[in-house]
Amino acid sequence: MDWGFILERSFSAMIGPEVVVYALAAVGLNVHFGYTGLMNFGQVGFMAAGAYGVGVSVFWLGWNFWIGIVFAFVYAGVLALLLGLPTLRLRADYLSLVTIAASETIRLLARSRVMQPITGGVEGVNQFAGPFYDLSPFELGKFYSFGPFKYLGRDVWVLLVGWTLLILITLMVRQLMGSPWGRTLRAIREDEDAARALGKNVYFYKMQSLMFGGMIGAVAGVLQVIQKSSVQADTFNPVITFTIWTILIIGGPGRVWSPIVGASIYWTLIVFVENTLRQLPPGLRATLEDSIQLSDFNIAMLRFILVGGGLLLLARFRPQGIFGSREEMALDRR
Amino acid sequence: MTAAEQPILTARGVVKTFGGLRAVDVDQLEIQRNKITALIGPNGAGKTTFFNLLTGFDQVDSGEITFDGAVITGTAPHRLAAKGMVRTFQLTKALAKLSTIENMKLGALDQRGEKFWAALLPSSWTKQEQAIEARADAILRRFNLTAMRDEYAGTMSGGQRKLLEMARALMTDPRLVMLDEPMAGVNPALAQSLLELIKLLPGEGRTVIFVEHNMDVVQEIADWVIVMAEGRIIAQGTPTEVKSNKAVIDAYLGAHHGEDLSQVDLT
Ligand SMILES: Nc1ncnc2c1ncn2[C@@H]1O[C@H](COP(=O)(O)OP(=O)(O)OP(=O)(O)O)[C@@H](O)[C@H]1O
Ligand SMILES: [Mg+2]
Repeated sequence: MDWGFILERSFSAMIGPEVVVYALAAVGLNVHFGYTGLMNFGQVGFMAAGAYGVGVSVFWLGWNFWIGIVFAFVYAGVLALLLGLPTLRLRADYLSLVTIAASETIRLLARSRVMQPITGGVEGVNQFAGPFYDLSPFELGKFYSFGPFKYLGRDVWVLLVGWTLLILITLMVRQLMGSPWGRTLRAIREDEDAARALGKNVYFYKMQSLMFGGMIGAVAGVLQVIQKSSVQADTFNPVITFTIWTILIIGGPGRVWSPIVGASIYWTLIVFVENTLRQLPPGLRATLEDSIQLSDFNIAMLRFILVGGGLLLLARFRPQGIFGSREEMALDRR
Repeated sequence: MTAAEQPILTARGVVKTFGGLRAVDVDQLEIQRNKITALIGPNGAGKTTFFNLLTGFDQVDSGEITFDGAVITGTAPHRLAAKGMVRTFQLTKALAKLSTIENMKLGALDQRGEKFWAALLPSSWTKQEQAIEARADAILRRFNLTAMRDEYAGTMSGGQRKLLEMARALMTDPRLVMLDEPMAGVNPALAQSLLELIKLLPGEGRTVIFVEHNMDVVQEIADWVIVMAEGRIIAQGTPTEVKSNKAVIDAYLGAHHGEDLSQVDLT
């Protein structure tokens, strides 16, 4: 077994592009669920809105790349508005239903044949992120190493921009949640009627939260398709939403740094488990292939099962997540 | 009639039904300004439902409600709070995962820092926040809750939550305070100090309406008593008048008034 290789991969995953993308998406979900109590089960839909917002406007409309990015955020904001208008006055469950349905509708529509001229259908859209990479100070095709981390130049550039955005947005969320605005959101999370009785326009705040968190989700989507240099409908499936929830729960909802730490732990584990399984000694590997059919394909599945097992342990021994406080958890039971 | 004599709140022909049940059916009601009015009646009389209608938490089937001379039927609760009408809930709503002081500060109206963009610029709201905090601390002291200031509200006892909810309501600087059973679950000593606090409110230019089951409490602080039964107002008057009203005794205390309840065959 090549432990050096396994560790290099794991370390690189710790702060890699997936971590930035998923952490950003989880910051948005944290605004929704962690701070406002909104049950959004379609965060991937906002990522897709961002991704297609930029992809389609550049590829199909021939817009300037940077204008396309601005359009992506506006588009995600409008999507949040449309989803929120009919649901935010109703009981919490309606938002969950509508968001999960909307995210699937976006995916299925984007991959449909009718939309092919616009969205590229199943093949999607590529070759639109050139202007982003033109600005790169790193050689795109060259490998760069920093201590235990090793990435291609193009990824280093994505990471530099991505981490800057992630930290700035996280600090912005921290600032907001410490303000009276954030206090009102947290009050709404605890009890809408109490907030209403104290003069807060609950509907309006929930709408602001949905739009703000949705637009942060769009940043994640934009970054993801820039990194992949392509937009493909099927990457925006509901599993992504549940991964984002998992990440938020690992870190602990309603805590500022949870999304980043949660995403980092999640992806490090996934990559470590996968690479370890792939690097098992040939004898052991052959036995496992015969006994439990551990093929290369099944390894990809097994890593999720193992990570799921890890989550069960977390739920058992630290239900409040890494950052959550046990004291606060206990209040729910009073 | 001068402005001071004009009723602060009126209800005319207010009806609310749940299925076949007429939960509230109030022909005519006026609440006098800067007075303490008690709303009493047996369980299920419609007191809480009536509160919900007056404060916009529930919609009337028909009828008209005015506050300070303006029609408010159908107005959203948060707008009524901004106009100076605040309420508390029978089932206390302390915001468990906010600290006591955060609960209090939430109550202040017109906070600059509650706007999204302004929230990003602390310089635009920290000064107001400090003033709000000072006011919150003063009220907490009055309500003897200073010791709990930085604890989660969720760690409070039931009685302390009642106190907090009333203290928080006062943060809106209301002209009309509507309290749904503020004394329920509060121990006698604490209840007494709560009564003293309620008594002070009219002097500060606030009108109080409160729901209460304990007649001694009503006797002690109410200027006026309204009695509801089965959705209707069956009597009103000063506490002494109401106490001796035959209809009230029958409706409120039941036919077994004066008997030892343990001796009554309830089946
Ligand atoms: N949302 C609702 N749906 C159906 N019926 C309701 C609803 N709310 C109240 N009721 C009914 O309306 C009647 C009045 O209830 P309400 O809660 O106003 O009584 P109350 O006077 O506050 O009683 P208590 O002293 O027990 O608090 C009751 O018969 C109750 O069952
Ligand atoms: Mg009641």
